[in-house]
Amino acid sequence: MSDPLLKVTGLQGWYGRIQALYGLDFEVPDKGVVTLLGANGAGKTTTLRALSGMIQTAGEISFAGQSIAGKVTEDIVRLGIAHVPEGRGTFTAMTVEENLQLGAMTRSDTRAIAEDIERAYAYFPRLAERRGQQAGTLSGGEQQMLAISRALMLRPRLMLLDEPSFGLAPLIVEELFAILVDLKEKEGLSMLVVEQNAALALEIADEAYLIETGRLVMSGPAQQIGSDENVRRAYLGY
Amino acid sequence: MDLFIHQVLAGLATGGIYACMALAIVMIYQAIHHLNFAQGEMAMFSTFIAWQLIEWGVPYWGAFFLTIVVSFIGGVVIERTVFKPLHNAPILAHIVAFIALFAIFNSVAGFIWDFTIKSFPTPFGQESLFGSGLMGAHDAGMIGVTLVLLVLLFLFFRNTRVGLSMRAAASNPDSARLVGVRVGWMIALGWGMAAAIGAVAGMMIAPVVFLEPNMMLAILIYGFAGAVVGGLTSPGGAVIGGFAVGIIENLAGTFIPVVGSELKLAIALALIVTVLMFKPTGLFGARIVTRV
Amino acid sequence: MTIDRTIASDDAANTPVAGSATKARMVGGIPVAWQRTAFFIAVVIAIALPFLVKNFTIFQLTTVMIYAIAILGLNLLTGYNGQFSLGHSTFIAIGAYTTAILMEFAGLSFYGTLPIAATICFAFGFLFGLPALRLESIYLALATFALAVATPQVLKLSPFEHWTGGVQGLLVFKPEAPFGLPLNSDQWMYFVTLAIGLGLAVCAVNLVNSRSGRAIKAIRDNPIAARAMGINISLYKTTTFGISAAYAGIAGSLSAVVVQFVAPDSFTFVLAIGLFVGLVVGGVGSITGALFGGLFLVFVPNIAEEVSKGLAGAVYGVILLLVIYLMPAGAVGLIRTAAMKLATRRR
Repeated sequence: MSDPLLKVTGLQGWYGRIQALYGLDFEVPDKGVVTLLGANGAGKTTTLRALSGMIQTAGEISFAGQSIAGKVTEDIVRLGIAHVPEGRGTFTAMTVEENLQLGAMTRSDTRAIAEDIERAYAYFPRLAERRGQQAGTLSGGEQQMLAISRALMLRPRLMLLDEPSFGLAPLIVEELFAILVDLKEKEGLSMLVVEQNAALALEIADEAYLIETGRLVMSGPAQQIGSDENVRRAYLGY
Repeated sequence: MDLFIHQVLAGLATGGIYACMALAIVMIYQAIHHLNFAQGEMAMFSTFIAWQLIEWGVPYWGAFFLTIVVSFIGGVVIERTVFKPLHNAPILAHIVAFIALFAIFNSVAGFIWDFTIKSFPTPFGQESLFGSGLMGAHDAGMIGVTLVLLVLLFLFFRNTRVGLSMRAAASNPDSARLVGVRVGWMIALGWGMAAAIGAVAGMMIAPVVFLEPNMMLAILIYGFAGAVVGGLTSPGGAVIGGFAVGIIENLAGTFIPVVGSELKLAIALALIVTVLMFKPTGLFGARIVTRV
Repeated sequence: MTIDRTIASDDAANTPVAGSATKARMVGGIPVAWQRTAFFIAVVIAIALPFLVKNFTIFQLTTVMIYAIAILGLNLLTGYNGQFSLGHSTFIAIGAYTTAILMEFAGLSFYGTLPIAATICFAFGFLFGLPALRLESIYLALATFALAVATPQVLKLSPFEHWTGGVQGLLVFKPEAPFGLPLNSDQWMYFVTLAIGLGLAVCAVNLVNSRSGRAIKAIRDNPIAARAMGINISLYKTTTFGISAAYAGIAGSLSAVVVQFVAPDSFTFVLAIGLFVGLVVGGVGSITGALFGGLFLVFVPNIAEEVSKGLAGAVYGVILLLVIYLMPAGAVGLIRTAAMKLATRRR
């Protein structure tokens, strides 16, 4: 086994003076998909925000062998971590295409960027139809597709996904997750997925962690976690 | 009817001043989402720098471009030193900081260059156009400069990566950081650009109103009126708004007996409020449609 | 736009700290006994001062209290209700002119004009509050600023000249102390202002802590939630505007007799901006902050002038910047933090 792509040790996080994370340890293997499960307010979003340098943290975060703890968001992004934030982070007043160009803001290879935009449109043909449209007018599902496409424009090594299924119709969710599986298998993209819809997340993940009030309480291969009696009762609802 | 056309023409000439100022206001609004009350004083200060350079024997265009560069740097420095520490402060603190800047620039300019009025040269000449005496070569030149600036800004924001980044940083800072935009520097850049555009506005306006530390106060208010009428999110709208304010001010001063010259300013302000009542984002302001 | 909630707030003073270790009753982290003592000492000093200082200083202190009353009104609007105003000089002007005109042409005594000035300003404020409902944050700031800029110009208009005295303004007589009290008119007006100021401060505290006060603050913090709770936002916002204007009007009325003169150029936008500065410097959302705001407005420009005559404006600007860096929650915020630290150490 090679070294993990992302290795987190003793991660703590604060919102102002309030501590939200109490020493998390977890890893995301290269080309692997890991999911972080937990209830509302358990600290899932906070963990992602901590990884992206959006809140105050303590502890060690190493990405591709390099320490990123304490770095500012802009620099972390440049190392190849793309964050699809809660609420999708759409630049609402800009067009779909401008949103995608912004995703490639850290790159300067104009031709490759143009190719990547076309590639994103190939994954999400609906965005191609709306390329000149103001992004704020897109439906929730389309905005989520745009957010993922925007993240892909970075050519990331690791993608952080915050509740990709939130507020979307089941059919759209299915479509979206099929594409995530595609990305994992075809592009070898590593992902850390935060989800409330645990069943869905366990389907695409290799590994899963369970987080409760800012602490990891269980971890293991996704299948094993999915078959755990307690997890099933608490998070899968059967 | 002749009188009407003359007044519209004269309004267009003064409107050029307001349009120029309105453009500078909208620029900084795009970058920081605040109205900078010290913007007029910054422009005044830049104009004094140009005046000083010319006094020292620098040719006009040399002084013009040098002043733009100095103002740009000054704008960036002000953001980095004064406003960056206030980044998370409430909007009220920002307004007070603007007021403080206003007092500082006004006072320092008066201290260095005193309060007597000075004439400022125009590169376009003073002969009048259309034989009416209402619009001179300088007025036309000023309008030309404003329109050129507008086109340049439009191209900058549409077609350059930096322009796109600045818009992103202003509209959604968190999200902009997540795509790697250096938001803090984009804001500083916005200040620099606003200061530079303000400098251009000041140098275009000074030949008309004469140079002195208080020259910008009324113009700033008209500039605000223009920017708000046109829409704070639309540089083109701000320019149109500026012209509209100039024309309406002139027409009202001429055709409404009570108004006279004293109440012209009140008219401009009544205009702001009226437009806002019916279109809270201004006539050309972007209505940002969001589906949740 | 919500006003930032980290600012000093008397709201905090009304939430007793749960489970405090000591027996002493604490409010906002500061023992109640301390607050009572501070208040008592302040009142004693306020009553003694006019017998200890020169008449001009008495005049300055009276002006401080007049500013404080206006800032208090502004605070109700901006600090507690979240509506901006850079135009409160207008309401001060209306109050001052109401008093001046009624004394001059209707032969009313000053005391008779005071409630009329307050009422008229309430009406104006309420009416201005109606269009203000449609404007948000910076747009409202601009619209009110427009009002402030237009006010002196309107006062100078020739059709009103007979009543307003045009550019010249009107002279006003300062009332003497009644009942043969051994006070000169400066001392008397000082006590009148002090009494009215204290009364208005008590009213403000009661308003802020009442059911209506909670509604007013809820609108500031989250208008949508407030509406969902069944609060009539329009009514509360316009009424708050009216009350705020009435405070400013009373300040204006007092200033007319204290200065013995009203003129359009006393009520320019510079006054409005001054009030705004006083609000932020004293402490947004704090009743006592208004007094510090008044002190700042009266004395800091003098200090700036002392430091450098030529650069007084620049010195003032730098002081202002220092104040917002060093006291982000205003003077009251600073004092509260200091008192809390002291109280914790004593425990």
